Amino acid sequence: MSGHPTYVPKSAAAKWLESRLPILGLAHSSFVVFPNPRNLNYWWTFGGILAFMLVAQIATGVVLVMHYTPQSSLAFASVEHIMRDVNYGWLFRYAHANGASMFFLALYIHMFRGLYYGSYKAPREVLWILGCIIFVMAVATAFMGYVLPWGQMSFWGATVITSLFSAIPFVGDQITIWLWGGYAVDNATLNRFFSLHYLLPFMILGVVILHIWALHVPGSNNPAGIEPQSEKDTLPFHPYFTIKDGFAVVCFMIFYFWFVFYVPNYLGDADNYIEANPLQTPVHIVPEWYYLPFYAILRSIPSKLGGTALMFAAVLIPAFLPWLDTSKVKSAAYRPLYKIFFWLFVACVLGLGYCGSKPPEGIYVVASRLLAIYYFLHFLVILPLLGQYEKTRPLPASIFESVLGERGKHLAAGAKPLQPGE
Amino acid sequence: MPQGNKVMRLRSLIAGGLAAATLCVAPIASAQEEHVKPARQDWSFYGPFGKYDQAQLQRGFQVFREVCSNCHSLKSIAFRDLIAPGGPAFSEAQIKALAATYKIKDGPNEAGEMYERPGVLSDYFPWNFPNAQAARAALNAVPPDLSVIAKARGYERGFPLFLIDPIIQYQEQGPDYIYALLTGYTHADDPFWDEFMPGHKIAMPMPLSDGAVDYTDGSPKTVKQYAKDVTAFLMWAAEPKLEERKRLGFRVLSFLAVFAVLLYFVKRKIWASVHSDAGAEH
Repeated sequence: MSGHPTYVPKSAAAKWLESRLPILGLAHSSFVVFPNPRNLNYWWTFGGILAFMLVAQIATGVVLVMHYTPQSSLAFASVEHIMRDVNYGWLFRYAHANGASMFFLALYIHMFRGLYYGSYKAPREVLWILGCIIFVMAVATAFMGYVLPWGQMSFWGATVITSLFSAIPFVGDQITIWLWGGYAVDNATLNRFFSLHYLLPFMILGVVILHIWALHVPGSNNPAGIEPQSEKDTLPFHPYFTIKDGFAVVCFMIFYFWFVFYVPNYLGDADNYIEANPLQTPVHIVPEWYYLPFYAILRSIPSKLGGTALMFAAVLIPAFLPWLDTSKVKSAAYRPLYKIFFWLFVACVLGLGYCGSKPPEGIYVVASRLLAIYYFLHFLVILPLLGQYEKTRPLPASIFESVLGERGKHLAAGAKPLQPGE
Repeated sequence: MPQGNKVMRLRSLIAGGLAAATLCVAPIASAQEEHVKPARQDWSFYGPFGKYDQAQLQRGFQVFREVCSNCHSLKSIAFRDLIAPGGPAFSEAQIKALAATYKIKDGPNEAGEMYERPGVLSDYFPWNFPNAQAARAALNAVPPDLSVIAKARGYERGFPLFLIDPIIQYQEQGPDYIYALLTGYTHADDPFWDEFMPGHKIAMPMPLSDGAVDYTDGSPKTVKQYAKDVTAFLMWAAEPKLEERKRLGFRVLSFLAVFAVLLYFVKRKIWASVHSDAGAEH
């Protein structure tokens, strides 16, 4: 993680440690003097918000595990035990359950910000792909976490999703039985999901470290989508971005805790307060809101294999964006047509989400099919062609100029160029 | 072979479900859409400062004990919970006396035999049936446990109301539905007909009737009042920490709001020097 190697340990203890493990210098160059583009807007605070949410999920989750019982005949009752008898158990559980939603909300905003400002383009392709890996891991983690309370939606959601693997030709049935650890979703499934639900967040944490490492090589992208050229284009991480991120995290916490304290079950499904019953299928199996667009794509295809393949494709296709988007200009601020297509894509994903929440009948099936087609058109046709034909607006000469407009031109002229490696 | 059958059944079920889900393009009226939506009721526990009405919970418990508990279990509630603050908050003596009127199966004792003893505060509310099979044999259906029923039921709010609900903090779909159901037996000739049950056929015959429960605090002895009170009691049973949650929430959010304002001004002060530097550098 690059930055100015300017850390000088002051105390004897710091000197002692630094000469043996230069971790203070690493923290100093990564989070104190690290140069960030000065024009970052509040959409860039969601990285910090996500780091906070990941830590919050791990912390609340570790406490919940102390009181939860991963056994199919006891799991549901143990969650009620947490809600009733554990000190602040209700708070830990509601914070964790709503925290998953908040994590995905922040994750989606973070990803759409990347789409809008072209953050996936060179030299940040690896950074973007690491982010996509985190997304896929988060999807798996949240899915397995949702199974743990062993309510009706836990059980039937797990049944529907794991059964998708049976669509794989030839070996599908064997794979599904292997995943279940038996011939249906049962105690063995619950046990392994519990184990993996505890493991995956720490793997996410590992990839997050790689993500931040990959971020600190080229530095952050920015709303202008041009690279910093001189010292005038950047500001040190501390205090400028620590205070800005801190303010954003606290605002996000207000939103988060509003749900935790006042409407803790709004984002959940009432059916999940009914204990799992393998003999009774709920009228309407719906996943959590953050899966709905992908669920709509799954159901839009009248073939199990086709629907499954398309759903996984929809989750994975953003990873190929660095090569699908052929435009040399990063930021949508200078791409008038892309800006329109970006918002159409946002509307498409929201529309898919709405269709996913509705029963698969009538107009909703037609709508999800059209929207699913558009989802892939956006990546596979619109973005590759747009780069060739779009007339982009002229880019500002520097970040400083883009911030201060005409006046910045004079000021930027006298600035000292950045040293290599900064 | 039975296992193989199970897999086959499950797989065809899911495959069939998905196929049905994706193939039916023709509009089909959804079963839920033909129903009247439950009306919103005034609940004392609604909103950011919502609290349970202690007298109402006590009356609701009376209705539960005298009517509902003949068939339904309340597995997650112990007698001690009825004393705790933020609930019906009966006196300890009242509940000790009440618990002692129940026979609880315990054991084995030193002779290796199971025996019955009077209930104590730490016992969970006993069910009238030894197991689900016995309940089914007697009633033709297993009555659902009522511990979290107020959160396990609800109704679709639909667009755009569902977007407003988190803002106005409407979380009472469960209680509104239960109240509607209990007062929805509107066909006098058919005790198994309910306005709010999907398909209108309900396995529970009309449970409440005017005057069935003898209130001692002068509240009206009507089906509506019973339904209201027992629904409030069931909400407490499902969410016994609601008062604590809302109280703590107000403190946490107030603190965060003040903290956010302070951080905003600190942020502005720190960034102000950047903006003025940029301007003054000529």
